[in-house]
Amino acid sequence: MTEENTPKNSPQKRGMPLWVQITVWSVLVALLVVVFMGLQRAQEGNVQTGEETGKFDFTMPLFEGYYHEGAQEISLTDLRGKIVVLNFWASWCVTCKDEAVELEEAWRYYQPDGEVVFIGIDYVDTEPEARVYLKRYDITYPNGPDMGTKISQAFRIQGVPETYFLDRDGVVKHVQLGPFQSTAQIMSIIDALLAE
Amino acid sequence: MKKLNILTLFIILLSLFSVNTVAAQGGGDISDDEVNAIASELFCPVCENTPLDVCETQACKQWRELIRLKLSEGWTDAEIKQYFVDNYGARVLAEPPKEGFNLLVYFVPPAIILIGAVILFRAFKEWKNDNGEKDAPITEASPKSTRETSNPKDDYLAKFEEELRKRE
Repeated sequence: MTEENTPKNSPQKRGMPLWVQITVWSVLVALLVVVFMGLQRAQEGNVQTGEETGKFDFTMPLFEGYYHEGAQEISLTDLRGKIVVLNFWASWCVTCKDEAVELEEAWRYYQPDGEVVFIGIDYVDTEPEARVYLKRYDITYPNGPDMGTKISQAFRIQGVPETYFLDRDGVVKHVQLGPFQSTAQIMSIIDALLAE
Repeated sequence: MKKLNILTLFIILLSLFSVNTVAAQGGGDISDDEVNAIASELFCPVCENTPLDVCETQACKQWRELIRLKLSEGWTDAEIKQYFVDNYGARVLAEPPKEGFNLLVYFVPPAIILIGAVILFRAFKEWKNDNGEKDAPITEASPKSTRETSNPKDDYLAKFEEELRKRE
């Protein structure tokens, strides 16, 4: 061993106190976990076919003049046993207008039997414009605002319009990203679910 | 004369129509600056990272009109912001509320800066001490020995000469 490498001659290194090192590393690890979780959630995309919706149940207030079985709110868990069509829309969304008439037509076709429930979820919209939109397209199925964007966050929607078809057990059976092309397209999905 | 009367009547009707149009929109006496003062503190979730006051999407235009309407109805800034939070969530606020998970935003960056400053301070202090210890013998040594310690080639020569001396 050469002289300059002997511990005796090397300067005394004073490191960070142990508690500071532990704190710094803990904070860094916690931050990395938060960033990782955020990135993972961002990459998850919207709710996929086969996912159970029971874990993100919601109760949504309905716009004035809209009712579900006499109540001015609607709860997803109360709809077990029925086919549920969840349509996310907004009055500022151009392509939502392309499917508004078709959705209403399909709703009016299935409404008498009571086996299918349509729900319109108004995403990041202003109520005056939403009312104008609903009136313009004569939409009669239950519609309400997504208060606090909680429902859209639960479904991790990527934009509007998006429509989720749930079976009688609340499992997502079909996801439509973007507008429907025709009423027949909507009805074919619902008929398949009714036949199950 | 009759034509003049008809024209006058037409102008009066037109002006009345214009006034009614403004009144129907609501908030006609609220300036854009007043609206933007609140809008600049809000972000629309549809257009992330764009403050509401400069965002040109239809959704943001509707939000600004809603602010104008609320202002014309006598709502305060705080009430309007709370309305937006209730309807669209706390993420619309430019400055998140100081509670719950949001506290991280306020405490983590300053803590990281503080910890970084402490680490840098200690590191600089150690480097300074190291240099001080190295400098001490050099100040006493001859210019030749300074060159010996600073130049690896000279170190090699010194060792070589030392080996030669041992062999003699």
